[in-house]
Amino acid sequence: MKTDIVLAGVGGQGILSIATILGAAALKENLYLKQAEVHGMSQRGGDVSSNLRLSSEPIASDLIPLGGADLIVSLEPMEALRYLPYLSKNGWIVTNTAPFVNIPDYPEQSVLENELANQPNVVAFDMDELAKEVASQRASNMVLLGAAAPFIDLEPEKIEEGIRIVFGKKGEAIVESNIKAFRAGLEKAKSISK
Amino acid sequence: MKTKQLLLGDEALALGALNAGLSGAYAYPGTPSTEILEFVQSHPLTKERGIHSHWSSNEKTAVEEALGMSFCGKRSIVSMKHVGMNVAADAFVNSGMTGANGGMLVIGADDPSMHSSQNEQDSRFYAQFAFVPTLEPSCQQECYDMARYGFELSEKLGIPVLVRLVTRLSHSRAVVEADNEPMAQNAISYPKNPRQWVLMPANSRERYAQLLKDFDKAAEMSETSPFNSYTDGSDKRLGIVVTGLAYNYLMETFPGGCPFPVVKVSQYPLPAKMIGKLMDECEAVLVIEEGQPFAETQLRGLLNRTAKIYGKLSGELPRTGELTPDSVHAAFKTLFPDLCCLKETEVQAASQVTKPRPPALCQGCGHRDVYGALNDVLKEYESPKVFGDIGCYTLGYLSPFNAIDTCLDMGASITMAKGAADAGQHPAVAIIGDSTFTHSGMTGLLDAINENTPMVVIISDNLTTGMTGGQDSQGTGKIEQICLGLGAHPDHVRTIDSLPKLHDDMMKLFREEIDYKGLSVIVARRECIQTARRHAAKKK
Repeated sequence: MKTDIVLAGVGGQGILSIATILGAAALKENLYLKQAEVHGMSQRGGDVSSNLRLSSEPIASDLIPLGGADLIVSLEPMEALRYLPYLSKNGWIVTNTAPFVNIPDYPEQSVLENELANQPNVVAFDMDELAKEVASQRASNMVLLGAAAPFIDLEPEKIEEGIRIVFGKKGEAIVESNIKAFRAGLEKAKSISK
Repeated sequence: MKTKQLLLGDEALALGALNAGLSGAYAYPGTPSTEILEFVQSHPLTKERGIHSHWSSNEKTAVEEALGMSFCGKRSIVSMKHVGMNVAADAFVNSGMTGANGGMLVIGADDPSMHSSQNEQDSRFYAQFAFVPTLEPSCQQECYDMARYGFELSEKLGIPVLVRLVTRLSHSRAVVEADNEPMAQNAISYPKNPRQWVLMPANSRERYAQLLKDFDKAAEMSETSPFNSYTDGSDKRLGIVVTGLAYNYLMETFPGGCPFPVVKVSQYPLPAKMIGKLMDECEAVLVIEEGQPFAETQLRGLLNRTAKIYGKLSGELPRTGELTPDSVHAAFKTLFPDLCCLKETEVQAASQVTKPRPPALCQGCGHRDVYGALNDVLKEYESPKVFGDIGCYTLGYLSPFNAIDTCLDMGASITMAKGAADAGQHPAVAIIGDSTFTHSGMTGLLDAINENTPMVVIISDNLTTGMTGGQDSQGTGKIEQICLGLGAHPDHVRTIDSLPKLHDDMMKLFREEIDYKGLSVIVARRECIQTARRHAAKKK
């Protein structure tokens, strides 16, 4: 198996916890993993991305080559579009549609929707909304992880195991609320991508 | 027994050092090196063994402290970002001269592409200049393995060893196999030749001759290093010299195996015999290295007569920015357009609707209120200049503040403002954070105090080292005392809380001190919003 993922978002949104969970799951499954992330200046409200590569074979580069990503997973619609050159021909975009507006020239919502609609393989919905419904808005990154799960070569149960490992210390209630959000995202994505 | 763990390159190196009998870790925070000391601080072995892991005031004090530990025969590491090497340069270059007793690793984390830095300098040049051997890991496992190897190399040669990291290794995670049982720490033991530790001319001359011989020995050791290798290939039109992390991009380009002979370099001085053999057997050589063309320049020499050499200087690889699997792929495409094993990938165009999203000061950050009040006051003057410094508040350069005119290095706000005031500039305002102030601002402030230079120093004190994620700041709780102790006039060391509701008070204070014809220090204080949130969450 091999899944190359570009994780995208705005500094402080929590894309790195998605990476941590997939990392924990991959380690448990004895998979190879490389995950390059950005620390420092750009974490202050700027655009951030992380390259996450999972494979049953050894992985060479920490960075995903252009046109090589199986998935773009984004907490923010404009940030999903920033990485299009990295998406492979048959790759999928899974993105939150709730915009994070902290710049004066942020595009109109309809412009972003049209641009996403031009892509062949997209799962896009308001994940903040769904997270609020089933858990809390803080869990929108778990909704995103759930929505991305059908496109990752790792069974959803194994990703849930990763959630348990990462949030275990914080108590059963937090684990359950995150898993609830994860499952809601998973179901929603399945219904959209059918 | 070994256990698999998922670790950043920084963390793998720190764990390797801990498991190899580390006694002291020293550092000043700086991206991408910060996680090295943070990992040591949070590891249970540190508490159990009493391993030193407190932050130092700056990189120079950190290197000297680590060298003191090495003098006593114990193993030490000192970590910093590449520009920290400049601050530490006096100590680092002379540590080649004193040599090391206990194994000592100086970890320089370079930042090609300037993700979070002001330049792309390459730490390998420092090591060559100081006659210090260098290790440059290509992956997280090598980071781990090289800690122990580096300590042993340092002890064998009696010289500190530079470990050169780059951002994409420091901040990339992979599975690392680590030992379960840490090695014992060294007992205290003193240098065999105490003379070389006192760098007076008579001793230094003797030591320098010896150091040159020892560096030749280090060059010999590079030929047989387990981290350097010669792998033959069938296509001799090209030979490849590839260093550190760049090795991964080469392997990514040729998943089925590289058709050309390859010399992989992760230990310096460069293995001359290995590279010589490659140049003898191949028609041309491509040098792939992260950062500046360090190996390439050496291979070319001044006259560049021996063989065809390709790389960053001839333009097959980009001269600026970090390497990527794509830039390495493109280099082969340029050299051999018909090479059959090069994969072609369709790449779609970038979206035209996305907009740049630069970083910004957090909402609720005190620096915002300092800039807000300062900008409003400075409107009253004809030609104000504000000299900035290194930290979150450098973001004050960007819109909506557009508040600073310069940013050079750690501490330069105060000294550049002084030079400008010396030139007749008024108002001359320096703005510096608390951690940067104790790192490199205090000595410059002493200059300004001694001359009572008409300028204003604003210390925007957020009680932490904010940009790198909230590490302890060495001056917390004593900023005013430091200024007074240096001799600042008590009437012109003034403190205010940088809160939105005090906007007008801040303006008044700034105005009064700008109009004072002498040196003033204003401490504008408010806890960093990020650490304040963390502290609040802990209390819950």
